[in-house]
Amino acid sequence: MEFRDKQAIYLQIVEYVCEQILLGNWQTGNKILSIRELAVYMEVTPNTIQRTYDFLQQKQIITNRRGVGYFLEEEGMQRVLAYRRELFLENELPLMFRNMHLLKIGAEEVNRRFEEYINQNYKDK
Amino acid sequence: MIKISNLSFGYSNKKLLYSDLSLDIKGGNIYGLLGKNGAGKSTLLKNISGTLFPKKGKVIVNGSIPQRRKPSFLNTVYFISEDVTLPPLTLRKYLDLFSVFYPNFNADELNIFLKELAVSVPTKLSALSFGQQKKFSIAFALACNTQILLMDEPTNGLDIPSKAQFRQLIASVMTDDRIIIISTHQTRDLENLIDQVIIVDDGQLLLNESVDSITEKLIFETVSTPPNDKRILYAEKHLKGVSLVRENTSGEDTRINLENLFNGVTSKPQLAKEIFTSNTK
Repeated sequence: MEFRDKQAIYLQIVEYVCEQILLGNWQTGNKILSIRELAVYMEVTPNTIQRTYDFLQQKQIITNRRGVGYFLEEEGMQRVLAYRRELFLENELPLMFRNMHLLKIGAEEVNRRFEEYINQNYKDK
Repeated sequence: MIKISNLSFGYSNKKLLYSDLSLDIKGGNIYGLLGKNGAGKSTLLKNISGTLFPKKGKVIVNGSIPQRRKPSFLNTVYFISEDVTLPPLTLRKYLDLFSVFYPNFNADELNIFLKELAVSVPTKLSALSFGQQKKFSIAFALACNTQILLMDEPTNGLDIPSKAQFRQLIASVMTDDRIIIISTHQTRDLENLIDQVIIVDDGQLLLNESVDSITEKLIFETVSTPPNDKRILYAEKHLKGVSLVRENTSGEDTRINLENLFNGVTSKPQLAKEIFTSNTK
């Protein structure tokens, strides 16, 4: 995985795990990669993955069954959605609003383009 | 656990390389040992492995004094030097001679590691190229399963795919009680592998902090204009703006940049010390 410059690595890996869950690659009730396996895959120290998994546990997205491994929580998917929505609304949306303001793009135009985009990309099948 | 107390060391009596250096190294961590050329990184590793002896002060490794070179100590430590030269021996002979010193040596693991690092063993080990010899030594060292693993510039001489393999291997062998110390100039190679950073310069220990506490105390970022109300440890101009290492006052969690950290800590050791000892949160 190519890491970006600014954000802490463990949080970038949190994002990676969340994407795997949203994409359905990691599924509810299934065992997920162990700390060591993910560390090897990401080429990072296992302590970083420990931090990633601690964070995801705290968000109740994954759970640790002692001696067995880590599993995706029943409500994992909904919690990933809630967590990522919160991040989007807090961090990405204000940036977009700022640019909309600077470039004088109104909400109506954004709304129209948003619907077009959804129609083109997600509705034609 | 490695405890270095008030270590003084010099290759000649007139000029000391280290004076009064104290340092604690704890299990379950991968340490990155950073220093300029001639700062004494290898010397420090050799004082831990018992190949060099302190002039003053003490080195204690899990209760043993390396200088005494007891077998019970030596079989828990493996040191890979920067320049490795393998003898003109067959693999079998090499293992007969050297693996016997390490009770946890595992031949199956050696084969796996050699395969992962893409080393195919010729009749005589000395026929391997420098890079291949280096990789062989790394594979052998890991297969010895010593609790302490000291590596001097392990990625020097490795090609690009081998560097990735090296990172994967280290991540796979790390355990809660192992201590791995890697001295390096190639900070980019190992940046995400390191738990704890040690910086030595001019015979002094300038920093021994976990990456977590470093990113708690410092922010690593690129900005268009540096803020003038924050303490700045390091700034470097380039095309995209100014790369900064500055005091963290907002609790933001950024990604460490070892090279900039090293440049900052060695150019402003006093400021680094102030930032790391202050409790502004």
